[in-house]
Amino acid sequence: MTKAQPAKSRTTTSRTTTSQTAKARPTGTQPTVRSCPFDPPEEYRTLREQEPVAPMTFPDGAAGWLVTRYDDVRTVLSDPRFSAKRGVLRPGGPEGDDAPAPPPGLFIMMDAPEHTRFRRLLTGQFTVRRMRQLTPVVEKIVAEQLDAMAAAEGPVDLVQAFALPVPSLVICELLGVPYADREEFQRNSATIVRLNSGPEEFRQAQQAMRGYLHQLVLAKRENPTDDILGELVRSGELTDEELTGVGVLLLIAGHETTANMIALSTMCLLQNPGQLAALRADPSLMDGAVEELLRYLTIVQFGVRRTALEDVELHGRQIKEGSTVVASLASGNRDAAHLADHPERLDVERPHSPHLAFGHGIHQCLGQQLARAEMKAALSALLDRFPTLRLALPVEEVPMRDDMLVYGVHELPVTW
Amino acid sequence: MKILIDEGKCVGAGACVLAAADVFDQRDEDGIVVLLDAVPPHELLPQVKDAAARCPALAIEVVE
Repeated sequence: MTKAQPAKSRTTTSRTTTSQTAKARPTGTQPTVRSCPFDPPEEYRTLREQEPVAPMTFPDGAAGWLVTRYDDVRTVLSDPRFSAKRGVLRPGGPEGDDAPAPPPGLFIMMDAPEHTRFRRLLTGQFTVRRMRQLTPVVEKIVAEQLDAMAAAEGPVDLVQAFALPVPSLVICELLGVPYADREEFQRNSATIVRLNSGPEEFRQAQQAMRGYLHQLVLAKRENPTDDILGELVRSGELTDEELTGVGVLLLIAGHETTANMIALSTMCLLQNPGQLAALRADPSLMDGAVEELLRYLTIVQFGVRRTALEDVELHGRQIKEGSTVVASLASGNRDAAHLADHPERLDVERPHSPHLAFGHGIHQCLGQQLARAEMKAALSALLDRFPTLRLALPVEEVPMRDDMLVYGVHELPVTW
Repeated sequence: MKILIDEGKCVGAGACVLAAADVFDQRDEDGIVVLLDAVPPHELLPQVKDAAARCPALAIEVVE
């Protein structure tokens, strides 16, 4: 396979970077330096081998742990002794008892049975069958975006022309959010998941997002609509505040994740011509290829946070009640103990093995079947429509999203 | 082979349906797992085991 060289033009951020060995790693940081844009930081390999439950201190001084092996990640995310309640949305904020209470409706930061109530209201909307029924809608949206792209003179930025509009149009359609308002909520969504946005900027974006969804919920109370938010309003199960929180969560989750998976997957396949050729030769490989890309690229950059509700022993380490544990999904997905056959290699024909790209436990991604449907439709049609698709700049110059909670590319100029 | 499911644990991720569509389905209204065949033929064992392994909520138990 062809591997990209380290990106020279990578944007730097205000965060400190880590040193190369586990022993010398300063506390308070997670590995961030990537030697290849498609691989997690190399330091995770050392941590998995030498220090699978590694002590870390968060920027606010709170003590915590970084968990990097597949089995341990699954344990932390499925064991009810670990709570999702205090998990903060981004690194850098207060941990432990100082963490602010999550806003109403933000069910990713709830435990059972509170979480169960929200999840049950929504799961019927995201079943395998519902998502299959939605596939023609997704395919139509994909085709329209590709038509517009084909009509343009290359090069185009694949993120703005395709990878972002597809999931954005789909989630707007599903939720019942006017797509015409996208400029504002996409900007706020980006601010919320950008690591180096200032506290005030972050707060304002959150407030703007809540304000927008709150108005929408009120409008749907007045004039009922036939979409997910509309049906939730009609169910009478949630308060306006809770509905607002659910709306914010689904709108952000529906944007950032799939858009980056589509763009980064495209870049990754273009850099792996053998894999791309196999996929073009046999389109039936696409289901497996999507799973492999999810495993291989795992865009949740900083892992998932949990708080120990009691003292827990993991690999001989005593995790004290109240401490924060970060479970690295990207690291777990490259664990050779789980996937013996070269986990560092992209192989679209790899037999299925459960990956952690959507997390694990009761919070495992609600929209995972939607994400699969979107990735499959988008990548299939893109490869089919543009047989000569290629990067329009040297791979080292692609601006990677090192500075975001959700990894990927800021822009992906392509031509054909 | 016998399959036991815990509806109370199920979070409706749908992983089991992807792994073994002949054995598992989801209720339309709330996405909760539906067992289509509680005693499936032996040849489906690998798929059923895969479904149990994929389930994020550990809601599926396979008794061989």
